[in-house]
Amino acid sequence: MEILDIFLTASFWAAAIRIASPLIFATLGELICERAGVLNLGIEGIMVAGAFAGWMAVYAGAGLWIGVAVAMVVGMLFGLLHSVLTVPFGLSQHVVGLGVTLLATSSTYYAYRLALPEVTTPPKIIAFQPYEIPLLADIPLLGPALFAQTPFTYLAFVLAAAVAWMLYRTPVGLALRAAGENPSAVAAQGLSVTAIRMGAVIFGSGLMAMGGAFLTMSAFDSFFFEMVNGRGWICIALVVFGSWRPGKAVFGAILFAAFDALQIRVQQTGFGAEIPYQIFLMMPYILSILALVAMSRRAQVPAALMVPFNKGER
Amino acid sequence: MASDKASVLRLNNITKRFGTLVANDAISFSLNRGEVIALLGENGAGKTTLMNILFGQYTADEGTVEVFGKTLPPGNSRAALEAGVGMVHQHFTLADNLTVQENITLGTGSLTSFSLRRSNARARIEALSEQFHLKVAPDARVGSLSVGERQRVEILKALYRDVKILILDEPTAVLTPQEAEDLFATLRQAIANGLSVIFISHKLHEVMAIAQRVVVLRHGKLVGGVDTDTSTKEKLAAMMMGAEAEPPEVSTAHAGEALMTLETVSTPDIGSAPGLKSVSMSLRAGQIIGLAGVSGNGQAALADIVGGMRAPTNGKIVLNGSPVPSWTPRDAVNAGIARIPEDRHKTGTIADFDLTENAILERYASDPFSTKGWLDWTRARRFANEIIDKYDVRCPGADTPIRLLSGGNMQKLILGRVLEADPQIILANQPVRGLDIGAVHYVHGQLLEARDRGAAVLLISEDLDEIMALSDYIHVIADGRLSPAFERGQMTPAELGLWMSGKGEVRHAS
Repeated sequence: MEILDIFLTASFWAAAIRIASPLIFATLGELICERAGVLNLGIEGIMVAGAFAGWMAVYAGAGLWIGVAVAMVVGMLFGLLHSVLTVPFGLSQHVVGLGVTLLATSSTYYAYRLALPEVTTPPKIIAFQPYEIPLLADIPLLGPALFAQTPFTYLAFVLAAAVAWMLYRTPVGLALRAAGENPSAVAAQGLSVTAIRMGAVIFGSGLMAMGGAFLTMSAFDSFFFEMVNGRGWICIALVVFGSWRPGKAVFGAILFAAFDALQIRVQQTGFGAEIPYQIFLMMPYILSILALVAMSRRAQVPAALMVPFNKGER
Repeated sequence: MASDKASVLRLNNITKRFGTLVANDAISFSLNRGEVIALLGENGAGKTTLMNILFGQYTADEGTVEVFGKTLPPGNSRAALEAGVGMVHQHFTLADNLTVQENITLGTGSLTSFSLRRSNARARIEALSEQFHLKVAPDARVGSLSVGERQRVEILKALYRDVKILILDEPTAVLTPQEAEDLFATLRQAIANGLSVIFISHKLHEVMAIAQRVVVLRHGKLVGGVDTDTSTKEKLAAMMMGAEAEPPEVSTAHAGEALMTLETVSTPDIGSAPGLKSVSMSLRAGQIIGLAGVSGNGQAALADIVGGMRAPTNGKIVLNGSPVPSWTPRDAVNAGIARIPEDRHKTGTIADFDLTENAILERYASDPFSTKGWLDWTRARRFANEIIDKYDVRCPGADTPIRLLSGGNMQKLILGRVLEADPQIILANQPVRGLDIGAVHYVHGQLLEARDRGAAVLLISEDLDEIMALSDYIHVIADGRLSPAFERGQMTPAELGLWMSGKGEVRHAS
């Protein structure tokens, strides 16, 4: 019954929320891009660039929130590149996305070597510290799990609500959802499909970079190569898992993070010691695939996802 | 009489080219307040292109559009909408994932607003749908609406923006006669309130019913304008095609032996579409068999069986006297069955392939288009060019992607592909859907000629007039059951209608 006890510890849930935070940023970013009709496979590389840019800015003396802003701007620049190639030029979104990932990853490593030519261990920064929200943090179990996180984590959840509001409650969200479903409908109402899609990709890429920055500025306090480690690809699956809805996608991110937090703890139990640890490392991915299979049957794919729109072409 | 009314719209010398094709050639006309102009022309005459220029979706190479005396900036739909021009496209421009209200209000307010102001919008939509008898539920998802309801949403979209000039591109093509009547009632009411309309249609009786003036396009050129009071349907058809429209002469058939026989064939239902229930019929050389029926009564299942898309779960298919051992699309093609599919976009052609590739789609792997596993492009291109010449496919060339062709020209290519294979059996499923009269007569004439050469033709259509005009024998299909074969002239339309509603059997038995 050791395993069941894990679910009753605040530290397990606190870890799940912490692991979920970067996924939430990047998943929301990807979701915005895809809702507008553009698949952004640049996500993995943009997260790497964001992780480096935010950390480097703080290392160079900027404040933590300035670091977050720097990461976001760097992500938006890669988003601009992606969107110029995929939206007005209508190039293959797969090829451009993978290209952006490779470019962002390698130029990040290049920048790292330029900035820190002789360093063997990357320097540490003073990262975001947990902030206990008065009163709420005193609730048993829930308090330490949800309300003793860093401000960067709180931002993830505020942002999730803001993105949901934007998508479903504002004219620009309406136009964005329509652009991913039937761009002709948007054009026929006198709006620019190009502007909406480019805007969505640029903003979404900014969020992806914030997800990367979370790793170096809140989850850890330093930058390592291979740090993002496929989280971008997980986020693409989470968008499908969430059926392109922000609420469900956030739920999916927390679920995946909970699996991840669980496997670390199960490894340390007596039961876990008898099984090779690699099995546990696989667990979140296997469970995610199973959940994806179960959930994506009813998924509402944006009808015009990956379909370029060219005005004036029949 | 027209002179005392103010002109609200003026097209000046509009010219538009796609490659070497001149889609619009120096077209000028004007529209007055409260007037309905019908824009008439064959498929590919340039009607839709002209309207897309007017609505700012294409940019004209030459010429200008004036609305209320002001020149519109080219290629700007927003400016067109703001000047009071609305357009209902032939292919609806609605997002299926959004609600009716969201589709209507999309882009109507400032994009930077933090809220959608739903209650105001809702009140306005409800008032408009009340006033113009356009019944729709504002919260319904567009994806769940019927075609007629979607059309109403499109009209509401325009009315919501308070447009003064409305372009309707073949609005009745997808409507039932009753829905079309309702649409006209709504339009008449809006016109009485000062709306001006440009109406594109192939259906001459509709044009005569609603338009005051007709402007005719042919091969991208404006060939004339007439008032409907002083014209007739026949004259309009003649203007459209440059000659009097004559339906092909139907001679009597000389039927030969049965080429294909279905013996008590059954297939399972697919979703709400019924399968076949113990269907037996024969397709004979030199004969056209018509299949009448209301859409969705098993026509698709029967077409799939004859075309080799599906094998029967029960019963036999007999070809030239012997039952077939297996039945796949490839078997059907090899057996000399040529298919004109119901949906030329989905199953008839591959949009991004060029005309050459589409012309050899069914026979690419066999002689003469491939030898020893290699495609012979020279032969394929020659074949495509033969079809283009012989069947008058209007296109910039055989290397054009087929999606750039109009529906009629696409259908001519399919027809050429079918007939040039010298088929024994022709499956013609809705062969003239969406075509103009000239093309309709042409397709019908070609089918009759193929019959006289000894082919067996199965003609499936929802248009009873078409079935009765062409068929030597008629079967009616209702809920997957087939009626006996009726000889030409044996049944009146009313009697066939009884069979179509599934009540024929009762009367037959009594």
